[in-house]
Formats: sequence, C-alpha cells, structure tokens
Amino acid sequence: MTDLRVVGGDLLPPADERRHLLSVADLTRDDVDRLLATARSFAHSQERDNKKLPTLRGRLILNVFYESSTRTSSSFELAAKRLSADTMTLKAVGSSVDKGESLKDTALTLSAYDPDVIVLRHPEAGAGEFVARLTEANVVNAGDGKHQHPTQALLDLYTMHQAFGRLDGLQVAIVGDVAHSRVARSLVQALRLVGADAILVGPPTLVPAGIAEVSHDIAAIAGADVVYVLRMQRERMLEGANFVPSLREYTARWGVTPGRLRDGQRVMHPGPMNRGVEIDARVADSEAALIVDQVRAGLIVRMAVLYDLLTTGPVAVEATVEVA
Amino acid sequence: MLAGRTGTANVVIRGARVLDPGGGVDATLDVRIDNGVIAQLGDNLDTNEHRVIDAAGLTLVPAFIDPHVHLRTPGREDEETIATGTAAAAAGGYCAILAVPNTEPVVDDADVLRGLRARADEEARIPVGFLAALTKGQDGSELTEMGALADAGAAGFTDDGRPVASAGVMRRALQYNAITGRPIAVHCEEASLTRGAHAHAGSVAAELGLGGWPSLGESLMVARDVDLAAETGQHVHLMHLSARESVDHLRRGLAAGVRATAEATPHHLCLTDEAIRTLDPNMKMNPPLRTEDDRTALLDAVRDGSIAAIATDHAPHSPEEKDVPFESAPFGVTGLETAFAALYTYLVEAGVLSLETVLARMSAGPAAIYGLDRPSIAVGAPANLTLIDTAAAWRVKADRFRSRSQNSWLLGKRLHGRVKLTIAAGRVVFEL
Repeated sequence: MTDLRVVGGDLLPPADERRHLLSVADLTRDDVDRLLATARSFAHSQERDNKKLPTLRGRLILNVFYESSTRTSSSFELAAKRLSADTMTLKAVGSSVDKGESLKDTALTLSAYDPDVIVLRHPEAGAGEFVARLTEANVVNAGDGKHQHPTQALLDLYTMHQAFGRLDGLQVAIVGDVAHSRVARSLVQALRLVGADAILVGPPTLVPAGIAEVSHDIAAIAGADVVYVLRMQRERMLEGANFVPSLREYTARWGVTPGRLRDGQRVMHPGPMNRGVEIDARVADSEAALIVDQVRAGLIVRMAVLYDLLTTGPVAVEATVEVA
Repeated sequence: MLAGRTGTANVVIRGARVLDPGGGVDATLDVRIDNGVIAQLGDNLDTNEHRVIDAAGLTLVPAFIDPHVHLRTPGREDEETIATGTAAAAAGGYCAILAVPNTEPVVDDADVLRGLRARADEEARIPVGFLAALTKGQDGSELTEMGALADAGAAGFTDDGRPVASAGVMRRALQYNAITGRPIAVHCEEASLTRGAHAHAGSVAAELGLGGWPSLGESLMVARDVDLAAETGQHVHLMHLSARESVDHLRRGLAAGVRATAEATPHHLCLTDEAIRTLDPNMKMNPPLRTEDDRTALLDAVRDGSIAAIATDHAPHSPEEKDVPFESAPFGVTGLETAFAALYTYLVEAGVLSLETVLARMSAGPAAIYGLDRPSIAVGAPANLTLIDTAAAWRVKADRFRSRSQNSWLLGKRLHGRVKLTIAAGRVVFEL
C-alpha cells in the first residue's frame, strides 16, 4: 500500500530549482537573451504615465548594502517598487552591523522575514555564495569585493545592444584599473558569453593577465566599438600599494580624452566618474557617451532580473502591461 | 623528545597484510605484541591469552607521524586541545604528532614548553612533540633561548605562521642552532609579496578578483633558506611546499648536498586552485592551492623522496571564524582524521602514488627529519601500528570528527581507506 502522507519537505521546491544570480558564470547565452528581451519589454512599460506593474505584488525584496552605492541600490529599490514588490533597503551603517553583528546572523535575521529575494552588496568576495547557503531566498549579487557584479554586466550588454543593434562581434576596450574591478571581471565574462571581444588596457600593475587580451598602450582602444572606462581609485596610489606613481601620470598615459577617440566609438563608464582623471569631461558629456543610458538600463535590467527569478514559465510581459 | 604515555598492550593481530616499506616487509602474517613491544611475526602464532584481533583482509602498516599540527593550545582551546587533537590523530592512524608553537602565548620560553609537555603527559592520546619558537613572540627579531628550549624537550624550532623576514636573523638562528642539533622548520613566505592575498596569483584568482599570493612569495624564501642552510651547514626543514619553483630550489640544494628537508600537505597534493571557484572557505589555505603544474612538481618530489614527509598542517578554526565569506575567512584546514583516506582515494587508487610511497612519507620520512625512531614492524620494536581497511568506503561528516573543529576540505566527500585500529607507543589508542 502506497503511503500517501505528505510531509512538510515535499511541499518545498527542490533546492536546485531555486535560482540565484551570483556570478555571470551562472548564466547561459539563453538566459542573457531572455533577460535582455524581458528588459526591453519593461522599457516600454516605463514610457507610460503609470509605470507600475502588479507582477510581484506581495513579494518581499530586501536590499542589503554593506558598501556605499548610489546607482545600484537606488535602481534595485526602484525596480522592486515598479514591479509592486515590498522592498526595504538596509545599509551597514545604522544597522546591527555597526554593533558587530556577523553577516551570518544578519542573513539569518533577515531570512526570518521570508524574503523572496535578497540583493546583497558586500566588500568581500564570496559573500553572495555564503548568504545563498544560509537562506531560502533567491540571492542577487549586487557586487562582492573584486569578484562579481553580474547585474552591471547585464545592463552594460543591454546598453551596447541598444546602441549597436547587436552584441555578436562587438569590440570592447576596457580601460583602467581592471585588477580591482568586479565590473570588469563580470563584463569580460558576459562579453565572451555573447560573442563579443574584450581587450583590457591600462597600467601593467593594474591589468591582470589571464582574463582577456591585454595592452598597456592606450592606442589599443582604436579598434574598439566601445571604450569602457573604469573608475581610478585614489587609494591605489597609497604607500604600500604603489600601483601607479601618480594620478597625473595615470591621466597622461591612460586618460580617455577626445583626441584618443575616433568617430563612431561609444564610451561607457559604470560610475561614479572621476572627471579629469580616467575620463575627460568633454568625453563624458559628448554624444559618444552612453553613461546616462547605462543608468536608465540599470532600472529595467534589474526589473528583468527580479522578474526572472520570481516567475517561472515563458515571459508574458506584454500581457502583464495590458493588465497594468 | 615526545611527551605522553606509553603502553603495555598484549595483542595478537591475525592475518593482516603486513606492509612495512622501510623494513622490506610485505606478507600476510600474524603479529604478536607483548607488553607494548612487537614480540613475534609469523604464521598461526600462539595467542598467549592475548586479545586477538582478526585482521584478515586488512593491511597493517607502521603508524603515521605528522610533523605539522596546530594544537591551538595554549590559548585557543575552543578550537583544539591536546586531548582532542591527539584523539583526532589517533583516529587518523598517527602514533605521534609534532605541534607548532604559534599559540597564545607563543611557545618561546622553556617554562611554557615544560607546562605543555606536562599537560601532554596527562591528556595526550598519543605521544606529542612540541616545536618551539625561533624568535621571541615570533616577532622575527630576538632569538629564543634555543639551548634552554632544547633542554626542555623542543623537537625543533619554527616561526610557523609568522615567517622570519630578516635573512640576518635567520642566519644567526641557524648558526646558533648548531648547539641543539634540532631542525629549524620554515614557513616560506615573503610578506611584501603576499599582503592582501587570498589565493594563488594565477588565472583563477584573476578571474575571481581575489588578491594573489604568487609562487614567488614562497620560492624566494625557499631559495634564501636553502642558501642559508648551505652557508651555515645547518638543517633547514621546508614546511608545506606548494610551488614548482620551490621544489626546483629544494632540488638544487639537495644536489649540492645541502641539509634541507621538506614536507607537503595532502591538500596541496590532491587539489588545485580550481577548487576555490566555489568560494568555499574550507578551500582557503596558506600557502594557497596552486596549479596542476605545481601539483605535478610536488607529486614528483614526493615520489622520488625529495619531499620526504607528508604533513597535514592540521589547522582547526572555530565555526565563527570559518563560517564567513571566503575573503574574510582565515587560512587553514583540518587534516588529521582524513589524511590517509584522502591520499589513498585521490592518489593511490588513481595510480598517481604507490601505497608504499604514501606510507613511507607519512611515517619513516617525518621520523627521519626530526630524528625520531622510525615506526617499524619488526621484532623488538615498540608497537606503533595502524590497521587499515583499504576497501572500506566512508563519508566525511562534520559531526563525526574527534577534532574540536570541522573546517575540513573534504566535508561530504566519500573516501576509500579507513583506519580501523591504531597502536601508539604500545597502547591501543583508537579502534573503530
């Protein structure tokens, strides 16, 4: 006689169906195409007067930020709100983290609210993997140490696709402090996934080997469709680090200036920019710059990521828009 | 030199494959132990009313010696004690271990050392030797009273965990150490090259965005210390080698007759930096896991004996310390209870190393480096024996460790080769 009792565990979805977005390595080409298509659908919804969709009503999305952030935290919060989810943003400053609470306890505490998604930014690589092991929620990595920032890579792909109409075969030069950049690491992987090419350009001490093609000469950006400029952080020049001798020398050799660009090239930057250091103000404000487009893409791509994690089956965004 | 109790077991182990590579023994035999000493080898031995252990199908080998264990005592008894660390070692088939002195306080004073040895006499499940610090407080500047420490029973000297940065201090230590004749064991790390490092400086760390610990951070110091050993004529023991370049320097020294010895860990022999892709804190070690090329060089050196010892570098950490993201986790993994099975499963069964080589590097090798008697299966030898079931499969589980800590790189793994019984210094110290 078959035992028909249903035990509690049977009602939970199998563990491997829970999806996190911790690294670009978690994504397939199909995933990227689907996410970008979803984002494009959401772009239409954002042109309406009523920008809110009911899709994730009743869902809880927690944004947990252990590092300062303007773009990423605000866009995740707004993305959740535009999808009608409940959302809270917790910053390390002013929370129990100030009182020495461990990431483990913070994660367990927040998990007690049964969040559907935890969006996590943390200064240490592996924080997303760590929290994912502790919680039932879907975890989205919003930047961990120098490791990964997968939603930034997705919004960058979206921006490039909007500008060029394709991703396959695009040439992207990533310029600056690659060594300390989770943005660069995620983007290189994402570009490879969609058939685009990356070249890393910058000082030998800040451009690691083994990730992609490398050049230490700024002239190497000439062949690129997109010049992707990374933020140059002042602390890299501090005693004990000495990655480059001075900002002045950095700017002179690797700063992206109008004279170093050719017609038709587009310029991107993940922000926040140091105008006059890694990027000339005239470049940042030029027609070639896609920097504001990146911010706009950030919202809809993060909407797409949340939507994708919390819904199953084919994307029916147009229908959703109709309902709204 | 070893502290701890000896025993007077009376046992007959019947019908095991007796395998002592150092003594040239490999036969199915009975072994009779009278009063803790091997009394007879042969077929169908009389039991003399001894306890009889039926060991048909099992393998009896010289028990293991681990030359590199963090017992965390004194100071971090929440992570390991002499009692739990030696119980873990007994369960791993060890008959003796050597503890390193980077404790709180550091073992840099003869009184601290005597106190530890007295505690070991009380609590230790198997004999323990203690290495003493090379410099006071392991701060790399003033030498400890090496003479007094040797008189108090120091098995050797090391600033493990806080490598001596100054070549001048290391040279003085080697020169002065002529009075003790004990090895100086070195953790080779050039700190200016490893600041902020979490993983081997290679393509995996570059991809993961982790600060890199370059091979040069080790090999530069190996070269320095091999050359200092050559110049002073003293014995340097290179701990936990991880890089091909280090092996090259070791070989160069050995070829020139330098008194250098070396050890490698099971994790460096079994894993590469590919293992850190999961960002599991239990894959974070110092020195870091390196590339397949480095692993191959270590295995070659273990095979030909240039690296004569396999050491676990058993490094217990509390869950609060290890249950954190990869970058904030401390370096180090446990190893005493899994070393043989890991080596057997990943290297012997895979045909990479012979069982005889593994046994020699886990027993005779470390004994020779530290001047201890080689555990042997011969009449008249004290019983230091490990009985192994090479066919047994088992799963590594956190709640089964005798160690106080669970930070094993093998959690959840299914291993082959299980220690069934350990006899240390004539005493049955472990039975499964």
